[in-house]
Amino acid sequence: MSRFKDGGHLLRVVLVFVLGASAFLVLRAALVPRSFGEYGHYRGNAINEIAAQPIAFAGHQTCETCHPDIATVKNAGKHAGVNCEACHGALAKHADSPVDVRPPTLDTAVLCVRCHQANGARPKSFPQVNADEHSAGLPCGTCHQPHSPVIGAGAKQ
Amino acid sequence: MPVQGYMYPNEIELAWGILIIVYPFITGLVAGAFILASLERVFHVQAVKPTYRLSLLTALAFLLVAPLPLQFHLGHPERSFEMYLTPHRTSAMAMFGFVYLWYLMVVLVLEIWLDYRRNIVLLSQSTKGLKRIAYRVLTLGSSNISEKALRIDDRVGYVITIVGIPSALLLHAYVGFIFGSVKANPWWSSPMMPVVFLFSAMVSGIAVVMLLYMFSSWYRKRTIDMRCVDTVARYLFYSFIIDFGLEMLDLVHRIYEADESFRSLDFMVHTRLYVSQVLIQIYIGTLVPIGLLALTQLLKLSEKARKRIYAVAGGLTLIGIFAMRWNVVIGGQLFSKSFLGYTTYKMGIVAKEGLLSACALMLLPFAILWVLVKLLPPWPDAESLSASSPPPAPGDD
Amino acid sequence: MNLTRRHFLILLPAAAVAWEAVLAGTPETSPNYAMTEHWWGMLVDISKCIGCGNCVRACATENDVPDGYFRTWVERYHISDYDLTNPVVDSPDGGKEGFPAMLESGGKNFFVPKMCNHCADSPCTQVCPVGATFITPDGVVLVDKKYCIGCRYCIQACPYGCRYLNPKTQTADKCTLCYHRITQGLTTACCEACPTGARQLADLKNPNDPIHEFVRTHDVQVLKPYMATGAKLFYNDLDGSVR
Repeated sequence: MSRFKDGGHLLRVVLVFVLGASAFLVLRAALVPRSFGEYGHYRGNAINEIAAQPIAFAGHQTCETCHPDIATVKNAGKHAGVNCEACHGALAKHADSPVDVRPPTLDTAVLCVRCHQANGARPKSFPQVNADEHSAGLPCGTCHQPHSPVIGAGAKQ
Repeated sequence: MPVQGYMYPNEIELAWGILIIVYPFITGLVAGAFILASLERVFHVQAVKPTYRLSLLTALAFLLVAPLPLQFHLGHPERSFEMYLTPHRTSAMAMFGFVYLWYLMVVLVLEIWLDYRRNIVLLSQSTKGLKRIAYRVLTLGSSNISEKALRIDDRVGYVITIVGIPSALLLHAYVGFIFGSVKANPWWSSPMMPVVFLFSAMVSGIAVVMLLYMFSSWYRKRTIDMRCVDTVARYLFYSFIIDFGLEMLDLVHRIYEADESFRSLDFMVHTRLYVSQVLIQIYIGTLVPIGLLALTQLLKLSEKARKRIYAVAGGLTLIGIFAMRWNVVIGGQLFSKSFLGYTTYKMGIVAKEGLLSACALMLLPFAILWVLVKLLPPWPDAESLSASSPPPAPGDD
Repeated sequence: MNLTRRHFLILLPAAAVAWEAVLAGTPETSPNYAMTEHWWGMLVDISKCIGCGNCVRACATENDVPDGYFRTWVERYHISDYDLTNPVVDSPDGGKEGFPAMLESGGKNFFVPKMCNHCADSPCTQVCPVGATFITPDGVVLVDKKYCIGCRYCIQACPYGCRYLNPKTQTADKCTLCYHRITQGLTTACCEACPTGARQLADLKNPNDPIHEFVRTHDVQVLKPYMATGAKLFYNDLDGSVR
């Protein structure tokens, strides 16, 4: 019994630790987000938050809904696999309000060379030219119709 | 040209900087200081007893500062408590949060409290004002310093020290594991990493306590217990040899196996990392101190000569161990994971993660130690204890 | 009907469970989208990539990626005839504005688009100390930017260099496989913008997915297979020298 009396200060230490641990458990219950652990060791709500991010590119199917005529021309030519926004840029805002948000006009002199400028690292089968020599300084649109790029193929737009 | 060759675009800027070097350096000092303290308590190396309390206070001062470089580094330090609320059990970093907490509360604080309890109680009765309140709080309301109570303290403290040794080993080996378990980085990924970190921690911790003891004796105009310092220096020498051996084993193994990463890493060590790794860490920070300490072991030198050598060796040791941390952290990020290029570390000066912050965080533990030393004097001589307590018997305390 | 204590004792735990479910929130992705029906990956066909940089620009636009950081990027490889094991690689600004012209050159030359591999056994989610980065039930590795503490451990742990610290949010960031698009039946921004079909989204749980079919019937590789990350970014026609 006397040992107990002389060990009293140790009990106080244990008490401090117990109080600390309890405070921690209470804080944890209060602060851990509710959806944590729903699917794994993370906040389940994060999935929805990330999925709710606004969209910038409408996707070619949306474009084709309003522009089926252009789609027909394009899908018959060499640029069938090139989606609209690959050249025209992100246009979800235009798809949402077609009259208020107009797509920017494109400069073929700049746009086409991005893909078609001759480059040794490009696949040999890919159509590429040395822009300086190919058109004598004229922009590509002078002779090529981007929606149906092969000269002579398809109707003029 | 900051980038030489090819780096993946996101690799060009280093993610971990000077503060992530300061952090393992500080925790290493903690582990090392504690091991030195346990030499006396558990392994009965009587000679180092004068440094016992100083080692504990040093460990505490550094351990309190250790989380600060991390807080400065985090993108969201206000969320750092999430590591305790939802620790990811597969993450070494998360589990380390608990190792740290365990070590701080159960090992260090408790051991210091038990060892100092008699002094605390006496000081709570003899001092006045703010100090008195501080001491009263520290007594936790118990003023029992009877023979039996103190014997219980001694027994429990002994057990805590025994538990504390693997805890201290775990504390810093874990930091090594945080690096050593990253398979993406061949400079880090190695089972040797925890062991190397641990021994370099011991080296730095012993060196810093040795220097602090020598400095404080000089400052307080007391005679240095040369038997103590000689013993501490001897342990520094032994652990340094082991540490150096381990690092050389890693190096030789790399050179011999010459795996995919070797050429890139070899080039890095010979160019961008040459000064910090070869010159500072190996030559100035390891070989010279080992050589100096070897001199004191092999030759019979005067006390003055030995003191000078210990001071120089100790200082160079700390520089060398800091360089080791630098070379691990920065070296691991200077080369590309494509093994095709190198980048540069641009350390800010005044920035949150800059040189000034690092210096301030390295000085802060000494400021805290100064406060701790005033509050809980670690000196073995009688004058520092309160007037109302009997002076310790010779050979006691 | 009088609510006796007995009724209460039965209703209370049930109510508590229901309340927990309410608090936990219910998934609100597209009403037709069930996470368990999908396992996302991607196919990159090296033989089709022309290094135009459309994908890098599209990703930056779609996801507001800050300048100088990359959720996806394109590398150009040049392997000389005499040194097959040491390629010369460049990626000017991640390939965002394409690549400077290289009219004539010997050896092997090709482009390699890179991005997050959405690893099934990802080392990056393993090291996150708080659970801020994770793999969804449909196989996409994401970062919860409201929970990330910005420790950068995941950035260190990724073998492919696809993560970065977003300077605006001060959290780890990386390719999300355009999760906000694929859960609504759209394809990723990079795939949408790719003019040659070099990048194609794959649903590895969908037997009718033509890309899944391609992966099943062709020789495809992943980057750094020895890292055993379970990468789900498959490359067709990948040269052995690619890092």
